Amino acid sequence: MYRYDQYDLTLLEQRTAQFRDQVVRRLSGALSEEEFLPLRLQNGLYHQRHAYMLRVAIPYGTLSSAQLRVLAEIADRWDRGYGHFTTRQNIQFNWIRLEDAPDIMDRLAEAEMHAIQTSGNVVRNITTEHFAGVAADEVLDPRPLAEILRQWSTMNPEFTFLPRKFKIAISASTTDRAAVKAHDVGLYLYRDERGEPMLRVLVGGGLGRTPMLGVVIREALPWRHLTTYVEAVLRVYNRHGRRDNKYKARIKILVQSLGAEPFAAEVEREWALIKDSPATITQAEYRRVAAFFALPPYADQAGPDAADVAARQAGNPEFARWCRRNVHPHKVAGYASVTLSTKPGMAAPPGDVSSAQMRAVADWADQYGFGEVRVSHEQNLILPDVRRQDLHALWQAAEAHALATANIGLLTDVIACPGGDYCSLANARSIPVAQAIQARFQDLDYLHDLGGLTLNISGCVNACGHHHLGNIGILGVDKNGEEWYQVTLGGRQGAAAAIGKVIGRAFRAEEMPEVIERIVATFVAHRHGDEPFSDTVQRIGLAPFKERVYALAGEQP
Amino acid sequence: MKQIIRALPSGAVVVADHWHILRDGEGEPVLPAGSQVLLPLPLWRRLRQDGVALDASAVGVWIGCDDEYEGLAGELLALPLIAVDFPAFRDGRGYSVAYLLRSRFGYRGELRAIGDVLRDQLFYMQRCGFDSFDVRADKDIDDALRGLTAYTIRYQGAVDDPVPLFRKRAEAAPDTADDGWAL
Ligand code: HEM
Ligand code: SF4
Repeated sequence: MYRYDQYDLTLLEQRTAQFRDQVVRRLSGALSEEEFLPLRLQNGLYHQRHAYMLRVAIPYGTLSSAQLRVLAEIADRWDRGYGHFTTRQNIQFNWIRLEDAPDIMDRLAEAEMHAIQTSGNVVRNITTEHFAGVAADEVLDPRPLAEILRQWSTMNPEFTFLPRKFKIAISASTTDRAAVKAHDVGLYLYRDERGEPMLRVLVGGGLGRTPMLGVVIREALPWRHLTTYVEAVLRVYNRHGRRDNKYKARIKILVQSLGAEPFAAEVEREWALIKDSPATITQAEYRRVAAFFALPPYADQAGPDAADVAARQAGNPEFARWCRRNVHPHKVAGYASVTLSTKPGMAAPPGDVSSAQMRAVADWADQYGFGEVRVSHEQNLILPDVRRQDLHALWQAAEAHALATANIGLLTDVIACPGGDYCSLANARSIPVAQAIQARFQDLDYLHDLGGLTLNISGCVNACGHHHLGNIGILGVDKNGEEWYQVTLGGRQGAAAAIGKVIGRAFRAEEMPEVIERIVATFVAHRHGDEPFSDTVQRIGLAPFKERVYALAGEQP
Repeated sequence: MKQIIRALPSGAVVVADHWHILRDGEGEPVLPAGSQVLLPLPLWRRLRQDGVALDASAVGVWIGCDDEYEGLAGELLALPLIAVDFPAFRDGRGYSVAYLLRSRFGYRGELRAIGDVLRDQLFYMQRCGFDSFDVRADKDIDDALRGLTAYTIRYQGAVDDPVPLFRKRAEAAPDTADDGWAL
């Protein structure tokens, strides 16, 4: 994990001091709410339906066990004993008092954490995939470059008042688990035929009311030029992005209106003038940062444990099921990465984790791994380095804390935004709909038979729940002050990302479990062998689904 | 007398200021002798096209966010003062304008932020090359001075200091040679 030095610590101290003073000035009236707004947003503080909400950065989704304990402490001292892990790999606390926010920032800073740029029209938390550094299919570790980009973007003076929010993701595996194409700038790190690390740069992805996937504007960018290239993109965007209409202010609209090629040409022109500036990354800097992400001291113990796990699985179908869905291959023999599901169903909304659970996870990270925890954009927690021989013990411990639901990647591993229960922008609630669907699909054997199937819910067009990318997407819409839900099918995340299509008229909340059941039944009826849901949808199209879903009501879709 | 903040090598100070900003729609400048004026860029361009002789020491230009100034950059360089307007403090285009004037076109004169200029933005403005700040009239300018001293650390390079922190870290703790090592 990256560790702060004196420079990083000093910067954070100055930042928290400045924020404390800003809060004092707000409370005294020296700052108007309008003037305070962007300042507090740049420090992760929203005003929500009931209270202030604080969004804490978890850079590229990586936490130490000590940091997770601090988050638990914050939940207990200043919130209601839980936090919400989000699709941005951050954590949100929903019940914060403005007066307490500076103390919370100080507590975070002590643990080398912050809330800088988790909101506002700035470069947001850089994200990557949750198995970074350990995935068996990884080409390179994306975290050092993510950290370099984090530092470059933190309080970057030219880009702190952009037209709109700006999100960057980087992936370096053969499988894209970071939703790269749904980002304003998406980066794929790979090696070229000579083994040199290169970047493929995509621009113009984003969801919200105009969902779009990013387009490639640059192939084979040598890694040293990462920050200057992003700087060129941002300068073009800062100067030419629309500011007259906030719904058209994202970079995707600029790329669309200029056309990808003219946009890319503009970026190249700008980049040519700065490409050899001192911002060019040096190997020494890369090496310094990469040293923080060096492989931990793995024990050399491939072999006997594999048999042990197999034996335990044979005797225990529940454990076997969990191993199948929640255990992910590791690049080091004898190890695995484990996903702890935050989606038990009625017991908790997706992404919500209690302080007691956080402490338990921190303990397991120490006991079974190297003290590290990850947050996935699917809102789950990951222990990246678990000895295979400890899987059974961990599974039992996780069971006892309701974190062992064997549903990763399955229908009930629902991604959901906080929706109308918390969010003041919502058109509809998300959590009760997610839970009603989870309750309908409790039969784990059936779920496992259905295979990988993603279900995403957003409470409004802002798409915080990535509903466009769900194989099944649910969008809360408002009709005459009532909550309705629109369904999309065919969305996918990953390298073959696709945006789902609406199937027809929206439904009432009570209808949703039945609607999902009918969609699933249609899939089962048309599926070829073990075909995944998204392939079936692609093959047969929307018509059979519409027919079945709308048949009962005797309506035309 | 109006006051502005002037960032000098020895530190930032509040000083009296004589420049009058001619806003759009205020018509042609009719100014008492000895006063100095910042013209809107389109007006300045027109006067020059019309062959009007402008007193180089008394006339500056302010650039609006939508103004096309790059074609004129060569001529702007001679001005004693260029201002960049922030129509709203949340409109960040002026930061890039300042960056370009300083880094791309090499403007060395006084570069002033005008408009909705507030304390908490001054640090960023200074980093982008502004060295004077016409703080919004209803704000306490001495208080605003503090906006320039909140930070001693800068991660990335900018106009004020193009060398990013990582190069300074490397100097402070020299590592072995930067070669023969690949990712
Ligand atoms: C305080 C509550 C929240 C508010 C007010 C909020 C606001 C918004 C808004 C206005 C947008 C649309 C941006 C645009 O299209 O330009 C958006 C998008 C998004 N938000 Fe949130 N959000 C909130 C919570 C969350 C949470 C909890 C998550 C994660 C679970 C999240 C993740 C996202 C994502 C992934 C997008 C779509 C990104 C894109 O368009 O590229 N947000 N949010
Ligand atoms: S999608 Fe809408 S309802 Fe859900 S969190 Fe985002 S803004 Fe709120």
